[in-house]
Amino acid sequence: MANWIPLWVHKLSSPPNFYRFAGVLRPWALALALMLGVVALYGGLVLAPADYQQGDAYRIIFIHVPSAWMSLFIYGVMAVAAFISLVWRIKLAEVVAMESAPIGAAFTFITLVTGSLWGKPMWGTWWTWDARLTSELVLLFLYLGVIGLYHSFEDRRQGARAAAFLAIIGIINVPIVHFSVNWWNTLHQGSTVRILGPSKMSSDMLWPLLTMMVATKFYYIASLFGRVRTDLLSLESGKDWVRQIAEKEGAR
Amino acid sequence: MTPFSWDHFIAMGGYAAYVWPSFALFFIVLIADYLSPGFRRRRQLRELRGRMARQAARQQRNPSVP
Repeated sequence: MANWIPLWVHKLSSPPNFYRFAGVLRPWALALALMLGVVALYGGLVLAPADYQQGDAYRIIFIHVPSAWMSLFIYGVMAVAAFISLVWRIKLAEVVAMESAPIGAAFTFITLVTGSLWGKPMWGTWWTWDARLTSELVLLFLYLGVIGLYHSFEDRRQGARAAAFLAIIGIINVPIVHFSVNWWNTLHQGSTVRILGPSKMSSDMLWPLLTMMVATKFYYIASLFGRVRTDLLSLESGKDWVRQIAEKEGAR
Repeated sequence: MTPFSWDHFIAMGGYAAYVWPSFALFFIVLIADYLSPGFRRRRQLRELRGRMARQAARQQRNPSVP
């Protein structure tokens, strides 16, 4: 592997080391996610005022939008990890890519269903085939395709390689989802939160939303680490370090 | 700001039927996602222990075979 990568990265990416590292960090990530989540929900459901147009129905935003951001963010992480796994054949990158897919699919599913529950009272319909909704649905199918392809090979690593290709090709859909509200006429509203320039949202509503976004990031770390640990155990099940863990947990 | 009341909070301005299922779904899906690798992990380790036990038994019966 290239020698510009620092040594600690090599060490951390070895499966037994990462297994321990993830085991230590995972409870902290979950605790942070829960704490921030509670604060954000209190801010969003109790402290924030009702919207002048949408009443209290807009409160779905506090889970719908962070989930939508996560559905795109996780896809990005998955595609980058997939690329690394194809180029450098790092087992850990492969596992990160493949185990990100179910979490991303979960967030995409939440986005679609909460969007539907929000659309019914506001637009008068559960579903419409407009650009934003359709591209988000395609995102769900991409995730499901990656998961399916990964599990349809007898050899797990071969499956991961095929699924990594699909993940990389599918990245084209991420900007389409993001810009769909600008590129096409759609029922879905445009972005209210902006990284560049002022957001078009009152700060009472904005801070719970951003707190929830951070909470979902930590949740992703917690969930991913749990999944990666499990996957590393099964990929390395013949190795000594896994046998030791199996014996230790069997003794309990 | 009006004082907090549970009835008012639960009612969600008439949108309770849309707001609460959304939040319920969010938590149900994420809890299921968080717990699923734990079950998989326990099953894997149990199977591995089974394999190790069979291997050890085989070796005891016939020490010349690895």
